[in-house]
Amino acid sequence: MAREFIKGNEAIVKAALLAGCRAFYGYPITPASEIAHAAAKYFPRLGRTFLQAESEIASIQMVYGASACGQRVMTASSSPGISLKQEGLSYLAGSELPCLVVDIMRGGPGLGNIAPEQSDYNQIVKGGGHGNYKNIVLSPNSAQEMCDLTMLAFELADKWRNPTVLLADGYIGQMMEPVDFPEAVLEVPEKPWALQGEAADADRLINSIYLVPEILEDHNRQLQRKYAKIEEEEVRYEEYLVEDAELVLVGYGIVSRILRSVVERARGEGRKVGLLRPITLFPFPKVRLRELAEGGTAQVFLVSEMSNGQMVDDVRLAVAERIPVEFYGRMGGCVPSVEEILEVVGETVRKHGATV
Amino acid sequence: MAKKILRKPAGFYDVFERKPGDQLTTHYCPGCGHGNVHKLLAEAVVDLGIQDRTILVSPVGCSVFAFYYFKTGNIQVAHGRAPAVATGIKRALPHAVVVSYQGDGDLAAIGGNHILQSANRGEQITVLFINNAIYGMTGGQMAPTTVLGMRTTTTPYGRKVNNEGPPIRVVELLSSLDGPAYLERTALWDNKAIRRTRTAIRNALQCQIDGLGFSMVEILSPCPSGWKLNPDEAHEWMRENMAPVFPPGLKKDVRAEREPFFPEKRELTAEEIRAAVDLQIEEPTPYPSELVKPEYADPAIKLAGFGGQGVLSAGAILANAGMEQGFQTSWIPSYGPEMRGGTAHCFVHISRHAIGSPTVSNPDVLVAFNRPSLEKFEPELKPGGLLLYDSTIIDVTPKRTDIEVLAVPATGLADELGFSRMANTVMVGAYVAKTGILSREAIEQTLPLAIKRQNLVETNRKGLARGIEFVEGLES
Repeated sequence: MAREFIKGNEAIVKAALLAGCRAFYGYPITPASEIAHAAAKYFPRLGRTFLQAESEIASIQMVYGASACGQRVMTASSSPGISLKQEGLSYLAGSELPCLVVDIMRGGPGLGNIAPEQSDYNQIVKGGGHGNYKNIVLSPNSAQEMCDLTMLAFELADKWRNPTVLLADGYIGQMMEPVDFPEAVLEVPEKPWALQGEAADADRLINSIYLVPEILEDHNRQLQRKYAKIEEEEVRYEEYLVEDAELVLVGYGIVSRILRSVVERARGEGRKVGLLRPITLFPFPKVRLRELAEGGTAQVFLVSEMSNGQMVDDVRLAVAERIPVEFYGRMGGCVPSVEEILEVVGETVRKHGATV
Repeated sequence: MAKKILRKPAGFYDVFERKPGDQLTTHYCPGCGHGNVHKLLAEAVVDLGIQDRTILVSPVGCSVFAFYYFKTGNIQVAHGRAPAVATGIKRALPHAVVVSYQGDGDLAAIGGNHILQSANRGEQITVLFINNAIYGMTGGQMAPTTVLGMRTTTTPYGRKVNNEGPPIRVVELLSSLDGPAYLERTALWDNKAIRRTRTAIRNALQCQIDGLGFSMVEILSPCPSGWKLNPDEAHEWMRENMAPVFPPGLKKDVRAEREPFFPEKRELTAEEIRAAVDLQIEEPTPYPSELVKPEYADPAIKLAGFGGQGVLSAGAILANAGMEQGFQTSWIPSYGPEMRGGTAHCFVHISRHAIGSPTVSNPDVLVAFNRPSLEKFEPELKPGGLLLYDSTIIDVTPKRTDIEVLAVPATGLADELGFSRMANTVMVGAYVAKTGILSREAIEQTLPLAIKRQNLVETNRKGLARGIEFVEGLES
């Protein structure tokens, strides 16, 4: 094991190289630029490609080209830049090309600010570009997970031939923590569909255009079947003291770290509060949420996000009004404090007459 | 009647199986220039012996379905983005011959920046640019290359210089850049012009094969359907209306001056990869089971001062050393709305347990390096918490009586050492000596990791020692 005290943004780059990533195509934007800086430093050292593209749009299209040739490839940006990449993401999804896109979310809409927000949930988890597609979305909450989920993202992207997004925020990116990097480097699987610059290419085509409506519908149906399988096989989440919890907090990314402290404080006061943290945002742990709502001790969910409430919609869909779902959000780069959420926990308990 | 199958170049598929409907003919209109250029390209890739390693990038426009025909690697891409995609392909497969086939709206309007930038990078790709002065596929709208006065579906009164501006001359524009190696404009209006086009396409491909850089041929091409003319009239119209605006000719050819460039391919072992990313294998240390002073265990520490006082690196030194001793640690700088106001601060956790929120409202320890930080953050300190402040430069004393206070003349002590900027490590030394949470060895060992400028490691070590001595002197 190789342990290093490192910023999450840098851990991503080292993990990507260990995962066999061959190319990084980027464009500067705060607060994701540190990823490009680290990539510019390390990729050339290994004889791999780092290129600062002319735009966010170009960088995702370079990713499209590299992925079509079977390379593990990535780009990284932040919210306004991700908006520009949505065209490319739709094409990657349509052509079923694997890649890693890192989104270090910042405040919006428009230019917003460079402080951390989680307001890209909808544009990443729900699509964002045109067409009936899904990204696989992973949400790290520590520097260690910036490493682990980066590596997992490449594996899942190749396994499912699907773009994968690491959805983090400025806080997780800026934070330094110890990271245990694995000793082994990942093997990249054979990709018999990829262009190789060889005679076999004549039978291969990377494409997202299907002029005949029925054929395009078939293509879409096949994509939906793939997404359904991903939902069956790839759901990941973490629970903290939910077994007997009467109020279950739900949050991802930096918010889940704050919620963990909320649980500790609430338990210290004898309150039965637990935490469910989705690690995959698509696929979303909806089955587990439904179980908690149906058969468990949970009487109410409290969802917290640094947004106007985007993931909460998915929690509500999963829970389907079996028990109440409350929401507490901050926006504009304001990070909720432990005390602030503890107060909301108190209000929620009073409002719903829970026994917590 | 039996269908007559014309002999096709081997660069084409025998049967166009990807094409819906008739799979023996192309989808292009009679008299369209794409048919000529397709044939010239298909013959060239065979004659140059590059068919197996050619990858054709099909654009958006009438040639969106170029992949129906070419028996090569094929990829279809978004409108205007072909040069960017081709860049990703070429960097992934440097041995491949990558051809970006684009029309005028695609290349010069929506993809204008991509062609400019890839040409300027000297990207080792070949671009075939079909200039027919119009958007063909979408219904005959104005293109950047539409000539003045020309009526299109979006310039029904003719293109006007004061509204749409004059047409763009792409190869002339690109020829002002140092990146491209070969730029030529040709036409398809007669056999002689077609023969020149054939040569230019081959030159451009050879340029790429030889590793000499970016090559492009702009081809003036008829669109009889879009222009509402028959093929013969279309040729005449090109000569009369396009030739004066877009004069054919070699616009740039610096192939002879270029050194061939072929990137080397490197395969590294796991060990080499780890070394290249500065990772060393080592066994993690378990954290000490007994702490010297349990009352100071698992601290949430806030360090605050002016920017430039080394506040953030003092925090990083502590967190890094904590990790070396097997603790869970985290470090986060002031961020978001807290960044304003001229103070810099960071939070550090050193804990035996998993760390929840990396920031805290009420820290266990406050290390204040300047007066505003002391005044602002003293009230936040947890009752019973520990406050360290630089008593050399802070000319007030803490107000609270429910906390433990340690005044450290950090700047003064650092001055005595001759390094006034080492006040931060003096303070780190004082904190470590006071709380016993970290060993001096761990801190000393991790100093080189936490301090960017290696020539300052030794002076920092002295500052650390001075802080430790100061507290030991108080306690003895």
